[in-house]
Amino acid sequence: MDILSNLELGFSIALSPYTLMLAFIGCFVGTIIGALPGLGPSNGVALLIPISFSMGFDAISALVLLTSVYYGAMYGGRISSILLNIPGDEPAMMTTLDGYPMAKQGLAGEALVISGVASFVGAFLATVGLILMAPWLANVAYKFGPAEYFALYFLAFCTLGGMGSKNQTKSAIAACMGLGIAMVGVDELTNMQRYTFDNMHLFDGVDFLVAIVGLFAVSEVFMFIESHGKNSAIGVKLGRLFIPWKLLNQTKGAMLRGTGIGFLAGILPGAGASLGSFLAYVGEKAVSKDKDSFGKGNPRGVAAPEAGNNAAAGGALIPMLTLGVPGSGTTAVLLALLLTLNITPGPLLFTDRPDVVWSLIASLLIANVMLLVMNVPMVKVFVKILMVPSWVLLPGVTMIAFVGIFSLTGSSFDMLLMVAFGVLGYVCRKLDIPTVPIILGILLGNAMENKMRQAMVLSDGDWTFYFSSPISISFWIAGILGFVAPIFLRQYLKKPPQPTIDED
Amino acid sequence: MRGDRIFGLVMIVVALGYLLGATAIRTSFMSDPVGPRVFPYLVGCVTLLCAVMMVLRPDPEVEWPIGRTLLNLGVALVVLIAYAFMIKPLGFILPTIIVSGILSYQIDPKPKRAALTGLGLGVGLFVLFKFVLGLGLKGLPPALMG
Repeated sequence: MDILSNLELGFSIALSPYTLMLAFIGCFVGTIIGALPGLGPSNGVALLIPISFSMGFDAISALVLLTSVYYGAMYGGRISSILLNIPGDEPAMMTTLDGYPMAKQGLAGEALVISGVASFVGAFLATVGLILMAPWLANVAYKFGPAEYFALYFLAFCTLGGMGSKNQTKSAIAACMGLGIAMVGVDELTNMQRYTFDNMHLFDGVDFLVAIVGLFAVSEVFMFIESHGKNSAIGVKLGRLFIPWKLLNQTKGAMLRGTGIGFLAGILPGAGASLGSFLAYVGEKAVSKDKDSFGKGNPRGVAAPEAGNNAAAGGALIPMLTLGVPGSGTTAVLLALLLTLNITPGPLLFTDRPDVVWSLIASLLIANVMLLVMNVPMVKVFVKILMVPSWVLLPGVTMIAFVGIFSLTGSSFDMLLMVAFGVLGYVCRKLDIPTVPIILGILLGNAMENKMRQAMVLSDGDWTFYFSSPISISFWIAGILGFVAPIFLRQYLKKPPQPTIDED
Repeated sequence: MRGDRIFGLVMIVVALGYLLGATAIRTSFMSDPVGPRVFPYLVGCVTLLCAVMMVLRPDPEVEWPIGRTLLNLGVALVVLIAYAFMIKPLGFILPTIIVSGILSYQIDPKPKRAALTGLGLGVGLFVLFKFVLGLGLKGLPPALMG
């Protein structure tokens, strides 16, 4: 089997002591990041990219480290959901609905174990799904020409915008801001400057890392300063931990259903983990007989969304790796990581750099096992760390953001730009303008324009070329549907009542 | 209401400026059929359309910070901007102590604890970045170190 020999290659790299150590550190740091309220997978990974890049890791090491952080954050989010009723990150929001009531009934330990195992089931099966599906999708993506890619990028913006905000106009304007910022710099095809205002710092364009750290991390500082005092958390004591086999057996159906739903939601471009956990919870509630007990501490209400959000995290890697189109805020950040490391995701990645792809996949499997071990018996360690007060945490996060950008670029201009993006992020979050499309626009803007122009070179300026293949036509239609349909579906799928903490 | 309208108006101005900027992009003789202007034109037009939509059909108004909170946010912004300028000439430790102390005070106004937080973060983060992670940071003002 092809897959087995590929996995063998992956494990031969991933099982070296050094890589294992990186995966361990990544999982540990990631769980902390996920557990801390206000830090989630997207801003956590965003903060760590510049630092790990300045430390001079090679591509595989950096990838292993940061994807472990990503998976770890997905696990960690549930800890504060259950104990503090504050979701550590947005995907963990649904876990608060039944997790916190369970904790109040003195079942905090049980809830943590169930959600930990559910996270493992979801993430593990999704990684297996990734192994099976990604090479197949990469083969399909081989046939894509520039016109198909242009339509695909359009589709990604549409679905992300359609699901990401309550107001379609605001997602569209966010995407435009991102695309507009991406145009800054020297045009690759003609070598002409665009929007640089003769400022030397802008010749290479706006560094997407500066934008990401500003929009995700610095804006969080402003949000915290505004809301100080209001975020009083009522903690719940954690008693003795033991493994509730009976409850695990009762919830295994919920975990599997949650995994299935979450995985599918993850693959869709633009949906991501938040939608995955939401649909998994709603789905589980719909099929169960005791609907009334949901929201009052039903263990299945903990298992399903937790499996769903971790499965979606794995599923979201599929379009990111095979097509270069991220499905969520966090995968957009991971795409930024790949681009920083000079790795262009897409179908060619699977043939040109199999070592990268398969060692990444192997280390995801390893990271999952590590995280299960860390998150079930060792969960008390993380509970202690969770007690870090926000008046230490927030200044710390800000300083880390500055150090990351400073050691990456060494210029005051980029740090100022980061602060400016922080202000923009704050205003956008106040106005309910999603920030993820801005990031996606900055990341994909140049590629999107290049595909558009290449397509016209191929067709000699014939505009119908964009609609000339069944694949591209279906992308255009799916894009328009994905953008318009949520307007009508919104009546049926109400957003959950909890306040959001992290944009995803 | 008002927030969306103001943002929409600002974006209308930005979009018009962006479109004007696009007309000034020079093309070279060896350009492709599309050229470097078309995509910015597209982006500018869609932005303009969305911005007009935001002005005409705004969402319900959100709660904006007023009074002290707004002042706090302003102070935080000024401090962060100052930090961006200070970190190079003054080294890492001193600006970090000051800035993280101020931010800590803003989140929870207890002067003594904020000062200790600043001190701890300034020294602690420097040790972490410099000696554990091995980043090339200058701890003290480079001018003093010669």
